[in-house]
Formats: sequence, C-alpha cells, structure tokens
Amino acid sequence: MTEAETLKTPLHALHLELGGRMVPFAGYDMPMQYPLGIMKEHLHTRARAGLFDVSHMGQVLLYPRSGDLAEAARALETLVPVDVLGLKEGRQRYALFTNDQGGILDDLMVANRGSHLFLVVNAACKKTDVSHLEDTIGAASDSPKVEVRVVVDRALLALQGPAAEAALATIIPTVADMRFMDVAILTSGFGELWVSRSGYSGEDGFEISVPHEAAVDMAKALLAHDAVAPIGLGARDSLRLEAGLCLYGSDLDNDTSPVEAALEWAIQKVRRAGGARAGGFPGAERILSELANGAERRRVGLLPEGRAPVRGRADLFSAEADKWPVGIVTSGAYGPSLAAPMAMGYVPGDLAAIGTRLFAEVRGKRLPVTVSAMPFVKANYKRT
Amino acid sequence: MLKFTDDHEWLRIEGGVATVGITAHATEQLGDLVFVELPEAGTEFEAGDTAATLESVKAASDIYAPLAGEVIEVNQAIIDDPSIVNSDPMGQGWFFKLKLADPSVAEALMDEDAYKTMVG
Repeated sequence: MTEAETLKTPLHALHLELGGRMVPFAGYDMPMQYPLGIMKEHLHTRARAGLFDVSHMGQVLLYPRSGDLAEAARALETLVPVDVLGLKEGRQRYALFTNDQGGILDDLMVANRGSHLFLVVNAACKKTDVSHLEDTIGAASDSPKVEVRVVVDRALLALQGPAAEAALATIIPTVADMRFMDVAILTSGFGELWVSRSGYSGEDGFEISVPHEAAVDMAKALLAHDAVAPIGLGARDSLRLEAGLCLYGSDLDNDTSPVEAALEWAIQKVRRAGGARAGGFPGAERILSELANGAERRRVGLLPEGRAPVRGRADLFSAEADKWPVGIVTSGAYGPSLAAPMAMGYVPGDLAAIGTRLFAEVRGKRLPVTVSAMPFVKANYKRT
Repeated sequence: MLKFTDDHEWLRIEGGVATVGITAHATEQLGDLVFVELPEAGTEFEAGDTAATLESVKAASDIYAPLAGEVIEVNQAIIDDPSIVNSDPMGQGWFFKLKLADPSVAEALMDEDAYKTMVG
C-alpha cells in the first residue's frame, strides 16, 4: 500500500504528538506503542486505565425499513447464529457473521438501540461486511429488510481498566450506572456519545463513539487524568490474548467454525437445534451438527513450560519426536500480567482436554506446552 | 577497539576476542525483552549466521554473528534476566564473546562516530 492510500483516524496527529510509533494496520497508520512501551502500557491498563484509538473499526447502523426493530433483528439473524431478537434495548452482545460452509466471516458486536441496531465490526473486514449486509438484507438484496448506514463521521475510543469508570464519569457521571454490555446514547460537552460498557482487554471499561470534530478534545480530556495513559496496538494484542479473546484473521477465519473456535457460548439456545428459531443462518447444517457432535478440532489455550514465547503459526506435535504436526498455534506472545509466555491454537478434539501436553516447534526445537484454561488472567468485568 | 554493524550490534575487541552486544538504539526499537536465546560456547559462526534470538512481548528478532569466529563465552545473566539488555545494553547486557577467525577484518566495521551518523 502506498502512503497516499494509508488512512488516518481523527486522532492521528495526537498519536504523533504523544510519540506513538506508527505502523500500518488494516489500511490505517496506527500506533503500535507509545514511549511507555508495550510491557508498561499493558500493565498500566490492568492497574489503572488505558486509552485506545479503535477508530479504524467499522461502525454500522441497521434501520428496519418497516420501522419495526424486530424486522431488522430477524433479518440480521439470517446472517449470524445469535439471538438478536431477544437482545433487549440498551444491551449489546457478541456475534459472528458465518458463511455457507460454517466458517466465520467476521466477529462483531451488536447493540439494540430501540429504533435500530448498532454494529461494531473489525477494520480489516468492514468493507466486505457492509457489502455482505447490503447484498443479503440491504438495498442490494431481493427483499430489502434494512437500511445499512455506515457511520463515517465518528471516531471510536476504548477506555479500559479499573480506573476507566472514574475517569469517564468526570465527563459523563451516568456511565457509573452502566454494567457490562450496556449501551447508551449520552449527551456531553463533546457532543452525542455512543457508549458501551465493554472492550477487548478483559478489564472493565468502555467503548465510546464520538463525533470526529470532538474526538481529539475528548481523548485529551481523558488523558488529562493521572490514571489514564495512551495504549497502542501492541498492548491491545497482549491484553486480549491474556483475556482469551480471539483476533479475527489470526484465531478466526473463513475456514474456522464457531464450534471449532470454542465460541459456542455466543450461540444462544434459541438458535440451536430444538430452539424456537433454530438454524436459519449461513452454515447452519455444519454448525448445528458440530454443536451436537463436537468439532474435529478445537481452539485451546496453551502455556509453554519454559520462558521462550511460542508465536502464531508454530506447528504443534503430540509427541516430541513426531514427524507430522497435529495442530497449529494461531496467537502467541509473552503475557506481561501473567509474567510468562502464552498462546492459543487449534488441536484435534481428542487432544483438547485441559492438561494435555503437546510440543510446539520454535526455531527447530520442540518446546513442551500444556493445554490450559482461558482466560489466562482473570477477567474484571462489571457484571452487577 | 569499539566497532558497530549496520544491524546495530557493537563489538568491543581486545586481543582478538570480540565482546558482542546490541546498541541502545536497537533496544529502543525492540522494546522490553522477555527472552534471550544465546549460542553455546564452542559454536563456530560465519559472518551473518544467526547467532542469538531476542524476544519482546510482541515479536522475535534474530541477532547475527558480526564476524566469523568461535563463541568462547556467553552471558548467562541476560538469560536469567533479559531486562538487563534494556537497562545496560553496552555494559552488563553483552551477549557473547567471539574469538575472531581474522581480527583484521574488524577494521572495516564502523567506528562510533560513523554509527552515530547512521542512526541519526
């Protein structure tokens, strides 16, 4: 990609001002880290609060053409194996766009905002997600059910960590009343904010959609708090991995099903066999079958026994001297809070039990790793 | 004699033996190190061979043998505590000592002024 094609978020100049080390990511010039460095940024987020620019992600609104939200919910249910109709107003949940083969096109968040649905999708997938929505349930479909509106005039900030509530509450006190996965449209000195109590770090926190013109001022207002530091993509990745959360493109892809990915918790009973709205999403045959019978391979957590990090794409072997790999690592890093290396990857179902000892090949050596429960670091969501 | 390479390594050469490490500039680029893999004493390298591996939170980086020679000692202290490389890259954070196959070749490497000009 040439420089002219590289996109910038509304916070780009602020990243440079803060000393961000910029890297290309999903077509955007984004901060990998700030002068604090990945290790300290990670630990700061777990101890206090971190501010992330996630404006590269896609924000999409789905308006029911009939004016009845249930129509939009039913339409979206034809694309995701998730209970959208049962999602209450002011609530958000995790969802997956599946393909006809039962693989995952993208993972996303869906919020019910009363008159419409609000979606947050991955940066690298947002163009294809919008085309997919338009082609299947939007204006380009045979029977349009929703109007798809891509939000192009808003930045997205994530404020994560135990001090996130206190910091954001100085701008909008009512956020203290929100609990995990609540969403709200709130008026502030920075214009209308779309706030959800969620994130991708395993910590309590918020994602805040803010008008472009107010984004820098809002980020600066949050950074003015002693507890808040700017955090780059490097720590975002180690935080989400410690939390056992998947990264689309590494841990999830077109060929990987939700059951293989151990994401069946995202498929509510009503969409499963015997449920009132069972099936009716792309790839239902395979996904319902895997829910009943198990998948051939499973995503598992892996803890290397030594101190050497095991990275994504390392082959996994069931015995130290085996010739052929049985699985593959999809994400791996050193966990600053865990104070040890950690990884996740895919193994055959019969090697997926917690405690199973496997070997990862790193620079020609077979290093022992143990299948382990995730998250690696206890989540700290505000559920009550 | 203190010399530098394009790959941000330094060599302190005394009596045909080079103590090898990486520069402060390199450690800033790599970030906090969490794992160091060093060669075994007795290993012989050609210039450019992969001699060591450094791992930060995010990524692994190879360190190349700056010149041909035999490893005669490695720094166990940085294996036990990789953060020493970040805190004292030019001193306690050295990697290994290399008995140079041909010490005269070292003359061609950059001196400190040339290296400082290169990194700006």
